[in-house]
Amino acid sequence: MQHQLLSADMPKLPIASWVDTAVDWMSTNLEGLFDGIAFTIEKVVTFFTDVFTSPHPILFIIILAIIAYFAGKWKLSLFSALGFLLIWNLGYWEATMSTLALVLTSGLVSIVIGIPIGILCAKSRGASNVITPLLDFMQTMPAFVYLLPAVTFFSLGVVPGVIASIIFAIPPTIRLTNLGIQQVSSELVEAADAFGSTGAQKLFKVQLPLAMPTILAGINQTIMLSLSMVVIASMIGAQGIGVEVYRAVTQLRIGQGFEAGLAVVVLAIVLDRLSQNIFKPAQKRRNAK
Amino acid sequence: MPILSIRNVSKLFGPNAAQGVKLLNQGYNKERLAKEKQITVGVNQVNMDIEQGEIFVIMGLSGSGKSTLVRMFNRLIDPSAGQILVHDKDIMKMNAEQLRDVRRKTISMVFQKFALFPHRSVLDNVEYGLEIQKIDKSKRRAKAMQSLELVGLKGWEDKMPDELSGGMQQRVGLARALANDPEVLLMDEAFSALDPLIRRDMQDELLDLQEKMKKTIIFITHDLDEALRIGDRIALMRDGEVVQIGTPEEILIHPANRYVQRFVEDVDLSKVLTALHVMRRPETITPDRGPRVALELMRERGVSNLFVIDRGKRLLGAITAEDASRAVKEKLSIEDIMISECPTCPPDRVIGEMFELSSTSPLPISVVDEENRLLGVVVRGSLLGAMAGEVENEGVNGNAAPTIVG
Repeated sequence: MQHQLLSADMPKLPIASWVDTAVDWMSTNLEGLFDGIAFTIEKVVTFFTDVFTSPHPILFIIILAIIAYFAGKWKLSLFSALGFLLIWNLGYWEATMSTLALVLTSGLVSIVIGIPIGILCAKSRGASNVITPLLDFMQTMPAFVYLLPAVTFFSLGVVPGVIASIIFAIPPTIRLTNLGIQQVSSELVEAADAFGSTGAQKLFKVQLPLAMPTILAGINQTIMLSLSMVVIASMIGAQGIGVEVYRAVTQLRIGQGFEAGLAVVVLAIVLDRLSQNIFKPAQKRRNAK
Repeated sequence: MPILSIRNVSKLFGPNAAQGVKLLNQGYNKERLAKEKQITVGVNQVNMDIEQGEIFVIMGLSGSGKSTLVRMFNRLIDPSAGQILVHDKDIMKMNAEQLRDVRRKTISMVFQKFALFPHRSVLDNVEYGLEIQKIDKSKRRAKAMQSLELVGLKGWEDKMPDELSGGMQQRVGLARALANDPEVLLMDEAFSALDPLIRRDMQDELLDLQEKMKKTIIFITHDLDEALRIGDRIALMRDGEVVQIGTPEEILIHPANRYVQRFVEDVDLSKVLTALHVMRRPETITPDRGPRVALELMRERGVSNLFVIDRGKRLLGAITAEDASRAVKEKLSIEDIMISECPTCPPDRVIGEMFELSSTSPLPISVVDEENRLLGVVVRGSLLGAMAGEVENEGVNGNAAPTIVG
């Protein structure tokens, strides 16, 4: 009750209207930029969707099982095959493939943008001081809030969904890239310097390879977060399995909601295990040599 | 001309480090700087010249500034003041590219905890310095293999560093530094992480390698025994300052001050002093003399035996006074009574390893070079005397040339 009393006495800071004004200004003045971004993202999503939906589901499942075998042996392979057969059987094949396309698009963009930003943070204390609070902000702000400006800039559809997912999912990649590079032992960095490495040689030959396990953990987190956001993004018209979940929730169809939710879970587990393991065997093989 | 000259180099740590250099010149001491300005003096106005081809040991306890000092030689740490001249060129005035060039071609480094790249194979580790110079693959591979062979790791090139023992890892570290064919090798406590037996082997191998390569080696250590064993010259550091620079013998026998004296008083001299330090001038005779001459000579010099050498000073054997007087009576020649199996050792044998030899024979130990030329003799008394810290200057200077009678 106390805060109501207080706000009655004090003039309220007009933060809401400031943000609105800024968003308005950006949507009128940066239209060209946003159109360019929208066009690119749309192309990538379409490409992935085409790739995933053009083969027959059986063929897709076989390919997936083979990839899963190399990443995590027969257990993961079997799980992936059965899980995706279930999705097909329940009738969510198309929707799941769209979701997968969205997740991979936002994951890919997050990696392409996030790793260089992470490297920048590791190399420059100034950049790190600016970017770290920004990341805190991005991660703690309720995810729904991103949907609104995304709609303002990109209207309804796939693109704002991907943009919102990127904003929501990029922080782990940036943070863990930064952390991974900082964790490389100072003796090794010193050794790289002592032999006369340039900054780029030190980065690519010593720091990044040694930070890779940490960076991969960040990428894994980013993919999982963007999956969770892509489902939410169906509220603003992004295609995919989220639409089915959303419809079931609004119409109070518990059974159907469970089925759609199950498809999300299967997708999540397969994506998680694949992204965790896909680079590991390569490293193990090298170590065993 | 020294290959590396350090001129008034200081390193200060703290928020006002730049100001500290001026204050230090104005006569502030370290305690005052620490108290009033929160400045720590890591290295304080160090001067040293390192000559081509020597093993220069920088020795001090932890916190004495030795690691900081050596990191300034290739500017891994920038000094707060002073000059560092490599071949008379001040590396403080170099731009990034020139500095890289020095690090790539002139000064290589070996690290205490090896600092091998764990994601690269042994061969790729050794190649690193050449790879970043963009030397083509087959050439750098050949050089790296050569370098690995030099440290005795041929056949291990495809292993990963964590599959190797500590001693082998440091060999890789050494091979990596040698692959660049640098003029100067900085070895920062390179053997300190190894256990004592391996460490000793590595010291021996480093000395062997040095025989072949004649690099300039700057070796950091906190272990006095190690310093005395491998150093041609030793700089002793304390609290960021150089206390004494000298050969191991100079430091042991003429410590500059009480600190050095206390430092070296526990040294096990039996592991440091060699036959060269304790040997005396031998009393000798050539085999063409008669036993009467030999007896006369022994009486004159007050000794009970003589060493028989040829004209080329090569050791043939020894004769005792008893046998000589028997020879006079029985009209035998020196060659008839000569004991040809007398104990010998090379001049670099440490005295700790000579006691056993000394007890096997009543004769003094003869110190001979590779061509069996007699350099001097060591009697049991001088072994014991040396252990008690008495070393004759004659021996130290190594000019105990034998006198030839006849």
